[in-house]
Amino acid sequence: MFDFFFNLPVLVQGLIKGLAVIMVIFPIAGACSMAERKVAAWIQDRPGPNRAIVPWVAWIPFLGKFLQRLGIFHVMADGGKMLFKEDSLPGHVNKFYFVLAPIVAMIPALTTVTAVPFGAYFDAAGKVIPLGLAPLDVGMLAVFAVSSLGVYSMILAGWASNSKYPFLGSVRASAQLISYELSMTLAVLPVFLWVNAPGTEGTMGFARVVEFQSQPGFLGGMWFGFLMPLSAFIFLVALFAETNRQPFDTVESEADLVGSFHTEYGAFKWGLFFVAEYSHMIVGSGVFMLLFGGGWNPLPWVSLADLVGLLGHFLSFAHAPLFVGVLSIVIFMGKVLAMIFFFMWVRWTLPRFRYDQVMKIGWQKMLPLSIANLLFYAIAIALIQK
Amino acid sequence: MAVITVERKPLTFLERTYLPQIAGGLKTTFKHLIAPKKTLEYPEERPTIPNGYRGVPTLVMDPNGREKCVSCQLCEFVCPPKAIRITPGEIPAEETDRAHVEKGPKAFDIDMLRCIYCGLCQEVCPEEAIFLQNQFSMSGYTRAEMVNHKDRLYELGGTLPDAHFKWDKKKAAEEHGNTH
Repeated sequence: MFDFFFNLPVLVQGLIKGLAVIMVIFPIAGACSMAERKVAAWIQDRPGPNRAIVPWVAWIPFLGKFLQRLGIFHVMADGGKMLFKEDSLPGHVNKFYFVLAPIVAMIPALTTVTAVPFGAYFDAAGKVIPLGLAPLDVGMLAVFAVSSLGVYSMILAGWASNSKYPFLGSVRASAQLISYELSMTLAVLPVFLWVNAPGTEGTMGFARVVEFQSQPGFLGGMWFGFLMPLSAFIFLVALFAETNRQPFDTVESEADLVGSFHTEYGAFKWGLFFVAEYSHMIVGSGVFMLLFGGGWNPLPWVSLADLVGLLGHFLSFAHAPLFVGVLSIVIFMGKVLAMIFFFMWVRWTLPRFRYDQVMKIGWQKMLPLSIANLLFYAIAIALIQK
Repeated sequence: MAVITVERKPLTFLERTYLPQIAGGLKTTFKHLIAPKKTLEYPEERPTIPNGYRGVPTLVMDPNGREKCVSCQLCEFVCPPKAIRITPGEIPAEETDRAHVEKGPKAFDIDMLRCIYCGLCQEVCPEEAIFLQNQFSMSGYTRAEMVNHKDRLYELGGTLPDAHFKWDKKKAAEEHGNTH
């Protein structure tokens, strides 16, 4: 089976891999909207959605009831509802751009995944081979470049909707994205300064960053989140702002902007905006985990190789590339989902910042802080690495 | 009244970073996340109804299974939204067990679309025949369904304990020959 796959033309291989990743991301993004409702309910002392069930699942004695209580069938119910609702196209909108906007929202959201490795395995020589759609050397740059295209969909949606609340929302969105893009970029620079030590091959890829976090020794096994906490913090805050999540939710503050740029949208076009938002969150969390959270290493100071070595004592197949690959993907996805939970947890804890506060934090607090952070680490790394 | 000047302290550095407050908030919400749920899952779980609750107005029978209502129409007159409509009737002569009951309603309708659950009908009733009991959810698909007729009102009301046994006393008095 493996030989058959690797003998296919490269283009077909890429297509299959890409579809496989989309088939995972899309349902996860859908399930996230469900998880959001569940987490919201639990935090508010409610049980949350727990009614929908498929009849033949209800026949399973114990598990069926459990799945029903967990509310996972509401994803299907909600998605199906959006498919069958009237896909309204208001008369006053610019129809071409109005339809284009949700599509443009989906494209960068799913494209960024290509540059993000999500697992690794060891080849016969014990070398780490990262699993990903495109093991690009420009990884971080590609993610930054493509993910900031997402704001075009908001601008398009707001402009094409031809009504004032969507327009105001899209103006806010673009201003907010630009404000936090800067500090986000400056926050990750120390990581790449550290990774690209003099005399080594230069890279902006994620695989090397993870490799750096899985070295032996106290400093080597330390994740960058511990080594550069301020960078991690700035990146995290900027990530919240970039994905328009609470407390930087001014873009779709329903109290003053109704529904912001998607006010005029309904049915599946509206759903696409949400899938795009959650895809952004997933990719953003993935990048955060790769840069600051050790990637696919299970624990700080315990790298994937260590874990596989430990499991090798009990399981005969522990060193098989397939097992290691699946294990690393599971670890990485677990971390990403934990981050997603954190996003939701914060959302149902904090009220939203006022728009002027968002701008003030972005330009007057985060940007100077990230510049100071960059200077500090630039000097420190220069002294350490000579 | 003395004016107390409260010193407004400037925010400390930590407070201006928002971070301790955010951490505190996250801790609070996490406690709620794992705490037992405080809601009732309504159609399956019902709330306990407190004493004196004013639910749907109903007609009750006395312990002998006789209508208590004598169709005096006081409730009809007192009802602020005019939800009650009574057609008074006589007691048929052949019903010997109700021979001492003065009168009874031929029809008794309460329009639940008009009822405001004020309880004045219960308060005014001289026979203690109408009670606002525990049922709180009335629903129907048509306007006609939302009018409670006499049989439905008795079905909802059932029998309540009686302290007076008025008709038994009247019967006893009649048998002793001192009717009023």
